[in-house]
Amino acid sequence: MKVSVRDLAVSYGDRPVLSGVSLDVAAGEFVSVVGPSGCGKSTLFGALTGILDGATTTGTVTVDGGPVRGAPFGYMPQQDLLFPWRTVLDNTTLGLEVAGVSRREARARAGELFEPFGLAGFEQSRPGELSGGMRQRAALLRTVVGGREVLLLDEPFGALDALTRTGMQEWLDAMRGRYGWTTLLITHDVREAAFLSDRVVVFSPRPAAVRRVVPVDLPRPRTRAMLTDPRIAAVEAELLDVLHS
Amino acid sequence: MIRRLGPALLVVGLLLAVWQVAVTVSGVAPQVLPSPARVLEQGWAFRDALWANTLPTVQVTAIGFAVSLMVAWSVAVAVDFSPWLRRALTPLLVASQTLPVIAIAPLLIIWFGFGLLPKVLVIALVTFFPVAVGLIEGFAATDRSATALLRSMGASRWQRFRYVRLPGAMPSFFTSLRIAITYAVTGAIFAEYVGARAGLGIFMQLQRNQFRTDLVLAAVAVTAALSVTLFGLTYLVQRLVTPWYRGDHR
Repeated sequence: MKVSVRDLAVSYGDRPVLSGVSLDVAAGEFVSVVGPSGCGKSTLFGALTGILDGATTTGTVTVDGGPVRGAPFGYMPQQDLLFPWRTVLDNTTLGLEVAGVSRREARARAGELFEPFGLAGFEQSRPGELSGGMRQRAALLRTVVGGREVLLLDEPFGALDALTRTGMQEWLDAMRGRYGWTTLLITHDVREAAFLSDRVVVFSPRPAAVRRVVPVDLPRPRTRAMLTDPRIAAVEAELLDVLHS
Repeated sequence: MIRRLGPALLVVGLLLAVWQVAVTVSGVAPQVLPSPARVLEQGWAFRDALWANTLPTVQVTAIGFAVSLMVAWSVAVAVDFSPWLRRALTPLLVASQTLPVIAIAPLLIIWFGFGLLPKVLVIALVTFFPVAVGLIEGFAATDRSATALLRSMGASRWQRFRYVRLPGAMPSFFTSLRIAITYAVTGAIFAEYVGARAGLGIFMQLQRNQFRTDLVLAAVAVTAALSVTLFGLTYLVQRLVTPWYRGDHR
């Protein structure tokens, strides 16, 4: 397994947020986490990236069967968080610069991805000049350019309009196929989860535990036409069933 | 430019006209209230004296404000990095602003004489607080999710400061800078009023003692022009330092 989470429990003081979450993500696999809002989905990502302050964390996280070394997780928050004081290119190099890569090399490495990410020609633009979908693509570029082994996407398309979102989902699946990313996605959109995932993990209300893992048996690449596929509909129905029970 | 300044110039012109007419019609003595025309005329006649006293004021303002900025930046950065310092210094910051400068300034002259130092201290005292608070709150207003993003990248505290907190605090800094810079000139005038060898403050006091109300008002006009110029300069500096906010917010 690329990532294994075992009995992960997180609490703030005597307020538990996660209670014994276990899940696996295989290399190249796409796993979604759905759950009621406020159930602690984002806390899972916080625990994986080690940025929870003042929380008590128990349980184990392994990457490639061993303890977490270095920074294997690339985290993409819900807001694009592109900073207005940097050009789009320099926003995408931020993680590399933080890691100590020279500006010149960082720009070269990020620059290569602008074409496949559909951002060619916008390197020197300010983030404010980009559309919502482009901003999310730039944020994803910033996440993957560091060569992190596992992507953690926290409701990346939540702020987009429905039409743009569908386009972005299709695009994300194509990119995933091309680069073979191992991906963990948090979403509250069961259709998005069913459409993109190999497996969907359903969380209970807070303190969150895994209620059910629903496999999605559909070929890739996923296309818009599959949105109306009865197998997607069946997964959606099952997810909603578990969420509302 | 004309379109932006036009309304302000019109209002100022109207006020001056009303003032001129009121003085002419009422026949009030110029020692009590001179007409704007007389202020202008006498100000021009005494332009050498005015200019000679404006330079020291500009100098004191610049030095005092520079000192104030350095201290404010040092304190704000230190407070941003250390919660302990934040708790230790915040009451002191607030207290510095509640000091009655009108009572402190003469003491500063007694302690440090008529030189540069007491005036620099008065200016620093009145301008330091808004700048420091603007910076501290600007740093602290950093989006929590931006902090989370940087931490997930493995950024150190210093890197988070440099890449996010510092540039993010710039709008707040420039707002506080504008407030402070208007205090700076009046602070300088006030310090000179208490005691100085040269400067607009001492010039005003000397002229008042000779009942030259027109020259006092001429010096006031110079002071106002100085403040407005410095205020305008902050916009210029802001454009140079943070060019990105032009595209996004205008």
